[in-house]
Amino acid sequence: MYRSNVLVCGGTGCTSSDSLKIVEKLKEEIQKQGLEKEVNVITTGCFGLCALGPIMVVYPEGSFYSMVKLDDIPEIVEEHLLKGRIVTRLLYQETVEDDTIKSLNKTAFYEKQQRVALRNCGVIDPEKIDDYIAQDGYAALGKVLTEMKPEDVIQTILDSGLRGRGGAGFPTGLKWKFAAANDADQKYVCCNADEGDPGAFMDRSVLEGDPHAVLEAMAIAGYAIGASQGYIYVRAEYPIAVKRLQIAIEQAHEYGLLGEDIFGTGFNFDIKLRLGAGAFVCGEETSLMTSIEGKRGEPRPRPPFPALKGLYQKPTILNNVETYANIAQIILNGPEWFSSMGTEKSKGTKVFALGGKINHTGLVEVPMGTTLREIVFEIGGGIPDGKKFKAAQTGGPSGGCIPEEHLDVQIDYDNLIEIGSMMGSGGLIVMDEDNCMVDVAKFFLEFTVDESCGKCTPCRIGTKRLLEMLEKITNGQGTMELLDEMEELCHYIKANSLCGLGQTAPNPVLSTLRYFKDEYIAHVVDKKCPAGVCKNLLEFNIDKDTCIGCGMCAKKCPVNAITVTDYTAPGKKKPAYAIDHSKCIKCGACIDTCKFKAVSKG
Amino acid sequence: MQKKISSIPFQGTPEQEAKLKEAIARNIDDPGAVMPVLQEAQDIYGYLPIEVQKMVADGLNVPLEEVYGVSTFYSQFALSPKGKYHISVCLGTACYVKGSGDILDKLSEIIGVGAEECTPDGMFSLTACRCIGACGLAPVITVNDDVYGRLTVDDVQGIIDKYKNA
Repeated sequence: MYRSNVLVCGGTGCTSSDSLKIVEKLKEEIQKQGLEKEVNVITTGCFGLCALGPIMVVYPEGSFYSMVKLDDIPEIVEEHLLKGRIVTRLLYQETVEDDTIKSLNKTAFYEKQQRVALRNCGVIDPEKIDDYIAQDGYAALGKVLTEMKPEDVIQTILDSGLRGRGGAGFPTGLKWKFAAANDADQKYVCCNADEGDPGAFMDRSVLEGDPHAVLEAMAIAGYAIGASQGYIYVRAEYPIAVKRLQIAIEQAHEYGLLGEDIFGTGFNFDIKLRLGAGAFVCGEETSLMTSIEGKRGEPRPRPPFPALKGLYQKPTILNNVETYANIAQIILNGPEWFSSMGTEKSKGTKVFALGGKINHTGLVEVPMGTTLREIVFEIGGGIPDGKKFKAAQTGGPSGGCIPEEHLDVQIDYDNLIEIGSMMGSGGLIVMDEDNCMVDVAKFFLEFTVDESCGKCTPCRIGTKRLLEMLEKITNGQGTMELLDEMEELCHYIKANSLCGLGQTAPNPVLSTLRYFKDEYIAHVVDKKCPAGVCKNLLEFNIDKDTCIGCGMCAKKCPVNAITVTDYTAPGKKKPAYAIDHSKCIKCGACIDTCKFKAVSKG
Repeated sequence: MQKKISSIPFQGTPEQEAKLKEAIARNIDDPGAVMPVLQEAQDIYGYLPIEVQKMVADGLNVPLEEVYGVSTFYSQFALSPKGKYHISVCLGTACYVKGSGDILDKLSEIIGVGAEECTPDGMFSLTACRCIGACGLAPVITVNDDVYGRLTVDDVQGIIDKYKNA
C-alpha cells in the first residue's frame, strides 16, 4: 500500500508539453526524499483539460496541479509529498476557493460531465491490465460468455438504444443483428480508430487512456456475431495509442482474455492492429476495409453492405472506438441504465473534443441533449480575450457551422442534422469574430479536395470546382450569380457522390451560406472581408489624426508604399503618413510596427 | 495532392536491404501485406524510392503498379527524402483557426522552401500535416520529435535558429 498516489497525464496533449520528463523528475525527487515506498507515481490517460497541461493529481487529497513545470517538482515533492502541505500556488486556481480546496468534480469544467466512455481515462494506468480489471474490466466479457446467448447480447445492445459514435448514428445493435444473421465460415469485427477529422481527438484519448475497454468490447461483439478475428485500424499519427494497444493485446493474451478458449468456454477471438497511412477517406467503412486488405483505400458501392460482404468479402461489423467504449458498461449495468441518459432518439453520452477559440480546450463527455451553450460557455469557459462567439463547427469536414441563434438546441444526432450540421465523431471547434466564415468553408474544401480519393467524378471534380468558386469569392472576383451556382453544385455533389466523404463534403459551404450569407455578400458585393482574414480584400489605412509622424511604418514597408503627407494633426509635431493602395501588398508589417495603433485593416 | 518524386540517386545499403527482406518474409503470408511492409520500408530507408518499391513488389510477388498505387495514395508515404530536421505544421481545424496558416507562411519564408519540399542543403524539410491531436496547445508545429505549442509568428525565427546552430 502506498500513502500517496500521484497521477500524471500521459496523453498526447500533456506529453507534448513534456509530461514524461515530469514523471522521471518526480521519481528522481521522490527517491531523493526516500519516499519511494510511500508514494506511487502513475502515468495515466487523458484527464480532459488539455488546455492546462501538463496535469498532475495527488491522491488521497485530490490536489489538481496544472501547467506543471519541471522546476516545480522539487517543491511539490518536498512540501506536499514529504511535509503534507499542499502547494496552493501551483494548483488549478479554480479548485482553490478562499482557504478551502474544492473537489475537481465541482469545477465548471467537470461538474456537468458524465463519464461513461471516458470513465477510466485519467484514472488507471493504461499499460497495466490489472488496473483495468480492478475497475470491473473484462467482467462484461465473462458475463457474456458464461451467462448470455449471442442473441441476448444483441438484444441488450438494441434495447440500450446505442447508436454509432463515428458520425452517422446507425443503431449498433442492428448492425450486429444483420451480421449475425449471415452465415459464413469466417466473420470479422473491425474497429475504426482512424480518427481523421482535423481537430478531433476523442478516440485517441480512449485508446491512450483505456485500451482494454476497446479490446473487451470487440471480443463481446465477436461472440455476438460469431466472429473469431478482429482488426483495429488505427492512425499511424497516434504513436502513443498504437504502443498502448500493442501492450494491451499482449497482456490480454497472457491472461487468456484473447486467444483460444477464453474463460474455458471454447470461444476463440484474436485482434490484429493495422496502421493507417494518412488518408481521410479511410474513415469510411468500405474504404477502411479495402485499406486493411492492403490496397488503395477507395470506397466500394453499397449494397452489398459490410454485414453481408465486408472485409475479404466476409460478413463484417465496423464500429468506432467510442461506440466500443460504451459496450462493457451496457452489459454490466443493463440497457435501461444506458437508455435513461440522453434524449428520446439519442441515448447515452457523447464525447466532444473542444478546440479553437475557447478557454478550456480539452475533452468533455456529456449526456446527449446537453445544449451547445452549456458546453461552450459553462464547461468550456467561454471565449478567450472577451471576444464574441461567432460559430461552433461540429462534424469536421462533413459537418457545418452552428450560429449563435442555435446555441440552445439540445445536441443529439437528429437535431444537429436539422440545423444543417451533424454529430460527426465529436470534434467541436469554436470560432470567434476574428474568423471569416468564407475562409473556414474554403479551409474545409481544401481539405476535401486533398483527401478526395478520385474514384467518383462528382467528388473528384465537383469539390475542386467548388473550391475554385470559393477562391474567386475570397479574391474579390465573386458575383451574386456565383453564389447561386455554388449552391446548386453543392446539391449535385451531395446527391451523386459514391461515399460519405463526397456526400457530406459540401456541408461546410451549405451551412455557412445558410447562416452567414451576409458575410458572403460582403465579400461579393462590397468586396470586403468583415473579419479581416481574406488578404486580397483587405485595405490598410493610417488614421491621419492618430499618426504621430514617426515614420517607423514607412521604414518597415517592404515595397515603399508608405510616404509622408502634408497634413499635420492638431497637437502633433510632425505630418502624418499615408499608404498608397496601388503599391500595398497587404503584408501587415505596418500594423505590427506601429506602437500608436494608427494603422487599421478592414 | 501530387507527390514530389525525388531525383536524388538511390543510396541503399546491404544492411537496409537485409532488414527489408526480413520484414517481407515476416509478412508474406498476410493477404494485406503491402501496407505494413511499405511502412516498415519507410522506417528503414526514410522514404520510398522506386528501387525500394520494386524490392517490395518482387518480394511480395505483387505487381509494381499495385505497390506504386498504394505508395502514392496515402499521404504518409514519402517519395522524397526528408531533411535532417523535418518540420510539420499542424493545419488541423483547431490550429488553423488559431493562425497556423500564418506560421506555415513564416517558416516557408525563413527556410526558403514551400510545403512538401526540402532545402537544397538537406537541412530542413517542411510539411503541412493534419491534426496531430495536441489541440490544447494550438497552434502546434513539430520538428522531428520535438513539439512546439502555443506559438505566435514571432516565435518561429528562434526555433529555426536553434536547429541551425545545433
